[in-house]
Order: sequence, then structure tokens, then C-alpha cells
Amino acid sequence: MVRSYRTGGTGQDGHVASTRRGAARQADPVRYDFDFAVLLDYWPDFLAGAWVTLQLTFLATVFGMAIGTLCAIGARGKRRWLARAIGIYVEIIRNTPFLIQIFFLYFGLASAGLRLPVFTAAVIAMVFNVAAYCSEIIRAGMDTVHPGQIEAAQSLGMSTPTIYWDVILRPAIERVYPALTGQFVLMMLSSSVASQISTEELTAVANNVQSFTFRSLETFLAIAPMYLALAALLKLSFWGIGLLAFPRRRRLGTAL
Amino acid sequence: MSAAVNAPAVALPAVALKDVRKSYGPLEVLKGVSFDVAPGEVVAIIGASGSGKSTALRCINGLESIQAGSIEVCGHHVGTQRSDAELRALRQDVGIVFQSYNLFPHLTVEQNVTLAPRRVKRIGNAAAKDLARACLAQVGLAEKADSYPEQLSGGQQQRVAIARSLAMQPKVMLFDEVTSALDPHLTGEVLRVMEKLARDGMTMITVTHEMGFARRVANRTIFMRDGLVWEVGGAEMFAAPRTPELQSFLGSEL
Amino acid sequence: MDIVFNWSYFGYLLYGAMWTLVLSACAFVLGGAAGFLVMLARTSQSRLIRQIALVYVEIIQGTPLLVLLFIAYFGLGVFGIEVPPLVAAAISLMINASAFLGEIWKGCVEAVPRTQREAAECLALTRWQAFVDVILPQAARIATPPTVGFMVQMLKNTSLASVVGFVELTRAAQVINNSTIQPFLVFGIAGTMYFVLCYPLTAWSRSLERTLNVGRR
Repeated sequence: MVRSYRTGGTGQDGHVASTRRGAARQADPVRYDFDFAVLLDYWPDFLAGAWVTLQLTFLATVFGMAIGTLCAIGARGKRRWLARAIGIYVEIIRNTPFLIQIFFLYFGLASAGLRLPVFTAAVIAMVFNVAAYCSEIIRAGMDTVHPGQIEAAQSLGMSTPTIYWDVILRPAIERVYPALTGQFVLMMLSSSVASQISTEELTAVANNVQSFTFRSLETFLAIAPMYLALAALLKLSFWGIGLLAFPRRRRLGTAL
Repeated sequence: MSAAVNAPAVALPAVALKDVRKSYGPLEVLKGVSFDVAPGEVVAIIGASGSGKSTALRCINGLESIQAGSIEVCGHHVGTQRSDAELRALRQDVGIVFQSYNLFPHLTVEQNVTLAPRRVKRIGNAAAKDLARACLAQVGLAEKADSYPEQLSGGQQQRVAIARSLAMQPKVMLFDEVTSALDPHLTGEVLRVMEKLARDGMTMITVTHEMGFARRVANRTIFMRDGLVWEVGGAEMFAAPRTPELQSFLGSEL
Repeated sequence: MDIVFNWSYFGYLLYGAMWTLVLSACAFVLGGAAGFLVMLARTSQSRLIRQIALVYVEIIQGTPLLVLLFIAYFGLGVFGIEVPPLVAAAISLMINASAFLGEIWKGCVEAVPRTQREAAECLALTRWQAFVDVILPQAARIATPPTVGFMVQMLKNTSLASVVGFVELTRAAQVINNSTIQPFLVFGIAGTMYFVLCYPLTAWSRSLERTLNVGRR
């Protein structure tokens, strides 16, 4: 009487576990028993991973937007050395992979004695990355403001910071809002790369789960729709924020 | 019509240009422009394109820098060097209306008018709104306060631009070819607003192609040519131009 | 750790860079072909085909490339096929590229003025002839800057192949870093190599965009 320890259940003589575990078998190369049910046990972990992804995205969006705006202003400013430095920073980010950036930051700082928590390192890397792209987008938006309006604002005696905020940045950001939010959604998707430095976001959780369950394909097939849901959630939030922030668009429904 | 047709320069002109020179690189655009404008006077500047008339106007509120000469505006001195703070103080006393209106597209009409008073003069929200309503009423657009510029016609937008400048309660108003970009049937409403401002005693300098307006409303008209003041006179200048250049210019304008 | 970074390590990085280029080229060619099909589907006259293609593009564009890579890697393994990491990487990059390039190219086709198609039809050309002889050449001109821009994306995306063990530049850098533990130096040099590969394409894309805008005025 062989007790099949794999089923762990009551001894059913001679029966081998019908649910397959582990890697594919040579016996039946084409047919594969998908088993998504086993993943249901792990839904709290998936939720926790998604929450970390959202937190990473939120922080990177806020800080990335702020730094990106400052860089856009600096890049168009009169101080040539600043504009050039920002230009170099942007080109470096745009021409190197995010994975290298995150490794450089995390392992580099660790080797210099600064062991950052992986969440912080991920946020910092994401902020530096998205800020570069945002600065280019916002810069393009600022270029669309007609110089005549700046002259009008100057002629009304407005100070430079006031002109920047009320006459240049506000319409610029309204104009490039779709491109900006698209960039933030892309950044949320690239947060999956942070799994490579063990940040516990959604992809890292999936990696862990598949190593427990051996259901690699199902696990990753399961998180794809989760990312789609996160992306939809993000787009919806940005749409709502856009309605609140841009009353002109809310009322007229036209592009600026 | 004001009695000051050919008024001699009073002791303290509102605007005084002395030998103003300006160049864009090697190209000299103003070659020594001098004229005075008395308080309450309406002066029209006419001339062909390239005569420097818009440039001269833009020098008065500091949008263009000058290389030589001086400009006195309401007690402010504009020389070859000027600081940002000086310019801002100057621009609270001098309003300008542009050919392309330059309204802020992302703000409503009322917000366009209240923006500068709130930010620069730090007037409270309620007071700014009252001020805006008054200025918009002055140009006949009180009911459009909540519209956006793109919803208005060109003539209406230009009148909003005038209201926006008036809200800063300037002592001098500059008009830079404000009807040139408008369809002909829309120029009337803008010119009527300007005429009313003139009757109410505003000191105005307007660069214009509207000869009828200059003849009827301006106390004096300055004809500029080639970066210089060529001829100055009252309404009689149009009937009997002294210089041949003005004769041919007026002939071509008709 | 005192193992010194020497020239043989640098050679290993160059070896990795070569495979980066190989993978990028493969993925671009395959992805380009697939993307062309996606573009045709997105501009098809059949609403059903357009919708299916749209759903495909939305799904692929909404999935992180890393997840796509894992699905390709594990998915093929399930069928008993021993998938070398290179193939899994190439397939996932191809699918990713097909969605993005398809959308880019669809936009470029739609940017060709409608009057062009009307003129072609008035000359009695068939729809397909009009597409190949009139629309496509003009769309291709518009498409060149963003396509070159995407090539840069593709080059950078190959770095993810390191996660499934394919030895391209990033993996080579990781391996070297594990022995020398000089991450600033190793990843810095790897980053510089990526920069050297990508920047010419970025600059080219920008100059193409400038000439294109000037030409179209």
C-alpha cells in the first residue's frame, strides 16, 4: 500500500496525484493542466504587491513632476551652464536602460556604505527616470506659450515667478497633460523592474509565489490583468485630477 | 473734442521722449525720436511699416530697450539700463494693448482682468471682482465675464484686452495697431471704446492705420518715417500735409 | 574585494554589448514585421479586425515587459520546449514591439491627409494600390523619426533579457560586479556603452524630426 505523500490525503492505493506540480513532463508535451486555483490562496500577497506598486507610482509621480518642472524651467532659462547640465542629465537617462540605472544607484550606494531600503532606492531611481522625461514634455509645453502672452503679462507689471506660474506653466501643463499622464502610466509598468533589487512590488510577489507553487506560467498570466487594472485605475485617477485642475477643459471640452 | 488741439508742451508732460535711438544689431530702427505727450492728450502715430512706430511705442513701456536717449513716463525714467523692479513700477502706470490681444487662453475673461490686480497690487478677491466688473462694463462686456477668450469674437477679445489694462488704473494707455488684426466690421466696436476713453480724459498714444480715427479723435498726429519723427500736426495735417512723404503716404492709405 | 577590473572584464562587456545588438536587431526585425501586420489590422476596413487589434494593443501596452518576458520564458517551457533565454527574450520583445510600432505606424498612416487617398481613388487605383503607392511612402516618411526613437527603446529593453539569464551587456555587468564588487565602475561602464549605442540613434531621430517639420511647412 503506497501512500501517496503528494496528495497528502487518505491513502488511495495506486493513485498518483492527478494535479501536476513542478516543471513540464515529457509524457504529454502539449497538454498542460492549468491550475489557477492554487493562486487564490495568495491573493492577499498579490494585493500587498499591487499596493506597493501604487505607492511607488504615487511617490515617483509627485516628486518626478516637481523635479521635471524645475528642470524644464532651468533648461529654458538664461543660465547656460544649468541648461547644459540638465540637458546632459536628460540624455543620460534617456539613453541608458532603467535596469542599469537602478543597479547603479542601489548597488553603487551600497558599495559606498549607504545601504538604502529597497523601496527608497526604487523610488529614487524612478523619480530620476521619470523626471527626465517629464522635463522634456513640460519644456515642449512651455514652448507653445505664445511670447505675446508673456509680453502682455510683463506689461501688466507681473513679476517673473508670477508669470511663470500663471501664464506659462498652467497652460503648458494643461496642453501636455495627456503626454504627461501617459508617461506616468509607463513608469508604473516599469516599476516591475524594481523586483530585481527585491522591492516587494507586484512582479516580485509573483516571482515569490511561482517559486512556492511551481505554477510559473499561471502566476505571470494572472498578474498581467492585474497590471492592466492598475493602469486603468491610474488613467481614471489622472482623468479625474485633470477635471479638477483644469476648469476650462471641464467646461469647454476642447483642447487648449 | 478736447480744446488742446495744438497744445504747447505743458510744464510736466505725461510722456517725453528725447532723442531715442534703437538698433537691432547693425540695423538702426530709431534714429533720434523726440516728442512729448501732455496729460489727457491723445496722440496718434502713423507711418509705413518699418518706420519704427511700433518700436517707439514699445520702448515707452520698456518692452524694447534703447541704446541712447531718454524716456520720461509719469515720473519714471527709462534709460539705456533699467532694472526689473523699475520696469514693473513703470508698467503699473502704463498700460498697453497689443495687435494680437494676447489674452490668457486658460483663464476666463474675468480672471484675465483680475489676475494682475490680484498678483501685483495684491487687491483682495472680492475687490478685484468688483474692479473687473467695472472695467468690463466700461468696454461693454460685463455679461461675458465667465466666458473664455476662445468663445469671443476678435473685437470682443480686443475689448477684454483693453479692460485688462484698464484694471491696473494706468495713467497712460498705449495702443499698438489694435484694430489691424480684426475683420473690418469688428473694428468699430474697439474704436468706439477708445474714443470713449479719450473723452474721459485718458492720456493715450496709439499707433494706428485708421486715419479717420486719428483725424477725428487725436489731438495731435505724429507721422514717422525711417526711424524719425517726420511731421507733427493736428487734424489739419490730413487735409494739408506739409511734406511730400506724408502726402504720398496719405495718398496710398486712401 | 580586491579583484581588479582589468581589460578581460572589459572584453566580456563588449561581448555582452555585441549580443545586445544582436538581440535588438532580431527583435526589431521580427517586431517590425509583426507591427506592420498590427498596423494593417488597426487601419482595416473591418470593424471587427480593428477592435481585435485594439484589444491586443491595449493588453500588450498595459503589460510590463518583464512580465511578458516571464510569460514567454515559462510559457514555452510548459510545452516541453527547451527555451533558450535568447528565444524567450526575442519573442517577448517582438510582441512588445509589435504593439508599440503598430500604434506608431497607424498614427503615421492616419496623418497622411485624406485628400491623398481621395486623389488616388479618383485615378482608379484599388485600395491596396493606393495604400502601397501613395499612402505608405508618405506615412513612412512621417514614421521615420518615431521609429528610430523606438529603436532606442528596444536597445534599452534588451537589458531585461538579463533577468532570464541571457548574457547581454547588463548580465555581463552583473556577473563582473559579482566578482569585483565595484558597482559604480562596472555599471557605469555598462551604462556608458549603452549610451554610446543609443545616443547616435536618439540624435538621428531628433534631426529627422527637425528636417521633417521644416519640410512640411
